[in-house]
Amino acid sequence: MTKALNELTIAEAARALRAKECTVRELWDACVSESKKRNGELNAYLELFEADDVAIEAAQKRIDEGDTSMLCGIPLAMKDNILIEGHIASASSKMLANYVATYDATITKKLKEAGALFLGRTNMDEFALGGSTENSAYGVTKNPHDLTRVAGGTSGGSATAVAAHMAIAGLGTDTGGSLRNPASYCGLIGLKPTYGAVSRSGLIAAVSSFDQAGPLTKTVADAKALFDVIRGKDLMDSTSIDTVAIPEKVQRIGVLASLMKGIAGTPVEIQFNKTIDYLRSRGMEIVEVTIPSVSPALAAYYIINFAEVSTNMARFDGIRYGMAVRGKTLLEDYVQSRTEGFGQETKRRILLGTYVLSAGYIDAYYRKANSVRELLRAEYAKAFEAVDVIATPTMPTPAFTIGAKADPVSLYLEDVFTVMANLTGTPAISIPMESIVENGKELPAGIQFSAPHGGEERLFNIGALVRGEKM
Amino acid sequence: MASVDDVKKLAALARIGVGEAELEKFAKEFDGILAYVGQLDALSVDTKERVLPAVRNVMREDGEPHAPGAYTEALAKQFPEREGNYLSVKQIISHD
Repeated sequence: MTKALNELTIAEAARALRAKECTVRELWDACVSESKKRNGELNAYLELFEADDVAIEAAQKRIDEGDTSMLCGIPLAMKDNILIEGHIASASSKMLANYVATYDATITKKLKEAGALFLGRTNMDEFALGGSTENSAYGVTKNPHDLTRVAGGTSGGSATAVAAHMAIAGLGTDTGGSLRNPASYCGLIGLKPTYGAVSRSGLIAAVSSFDQAGPLTKTVADAKALFDVIRGKDLMDSTSIDTVAIPEKVQRIGVLASLMKGIAGTPVEIQFNKTIDYLRSRGMEIVEVTIPSVSPALAAYYIINFAEVSTNMARFDGIRYGMAVRGKTLLEDYVQSRTEGFGQETKRRILLGTYVLSAGYIDAYYRKANSVRELLRAEYAKAFEAVDVIATPTMPTPAFTIGAKADPVSLYLEDVFTVMANLTGTPAISIPMESIVENGKELPAGIQFSAPHGGEERLFNIGALVRGEKM
Repeated sequence: MASVDDVKKLAALARIGVGEAELEKFAKEFDGILAYVGQLDALSVDTKERVLPAVRNVMREDGEPHAPGAYTEALAKQFPEREGNYLSVKQIISHD
């Protein structure tokens, strides 16, 4: 084996552990030592956890006794908004800098039961609001392919940790593209599951009707391995469901010509067309699909995002936990705690959410946005009668330079391809295409596939075809 | 479009303090953001008849409570101020 232990995929590590080519401890140590070496410059982890000797030994014992759980003994990076009992979960906010989780998120519990290990908690945009991990209260995460560029976001820390081999795989959450965006920028696989396929219990909420947790991995097979462990209906999340599996085969791929107009002639479009040509050469049928509501969808997405964020952030009041600044009156306690605890983008969205939900504007903004959402959902359902998956680029550009998108609207526009899956609740995956060379640097870029609800297997199949992986 | 006064009012409603310099900045940014999301205004979708969302909360029956006090200490540890197992807050109604 020529790869270092920390460079292995989940499947490779699981095999190596069973072939006794390495121990769980050696695999853990390899990831930790790379993380210690590189975290200073990359800022992927906010905290590296002490080795949990009990968990490491238990995982080794399970493997020695023939346990077949793929994740047993695999060190993972966990986004800072996923609760792990006894560890701080701050959502990269000053508001929760001292908040220690009092219980495990459902996905944490499932990963622990599978024998997985947690290396640390990773950087993100504060409360998962952003798209570049520049909105963290703890500094920006750098892209390992070019340190002057962003890693993407909001799960940027987990993406950089995996891409720089500081973890075997990572977990994140996706509200409007937060797994797929950093996957595209860092050259990884990122899956946003069907809404409800994975429990949200124990995730720090951003937009409750959009949020889903999912994997960031080096291979499609690894994404499937993680998804298979974390999925499933959960009594602790009333919106979770047992998804109904749909046929797994992919034969017809839809492309959305109207959404592609904005990136005509760009390097991303060129790579996208190349990938589509390759899929055609492999026997796929490419069909143009029309979904009229994609054009107002991004505006609708942001209105719903602002509205739900302002509602979800109302729980942070400086009284029971987290940042607690004290003034002369109870009202001052609230105001001062929130003023000091929240960063710029969080405040911006709370104020905008308050605006779009206010009595005079709720019909014009929030209710209209929800109608667009329902319309879009119906149009996607119709389109999926004719095609098995729909393909777009994941992001309009490769990773941009840190600080280049200081104007909020310019950053929001980056989400034009990814938000559709959150609005409609459909699953979507980002798969690396060929890299784009800019100023002598090879920058990754992803192709995104979405499928009807419950169509994750379809996404793994088409993803494996693009990557030349055998599933 | 948003004026400085609008932002001030929103901040008060949202229990957030916004300094003078920030007020100007937010008001300017909100113009751009509201102009963008305001494109929905031109759209004629029927908002009168409210569509029942496809995803919604479903409540479960209460049951299987955990042992009393099982989480008390872990939760109380997070309190900014405590008296025993009570969360201590400012007096709201005064006697004078």
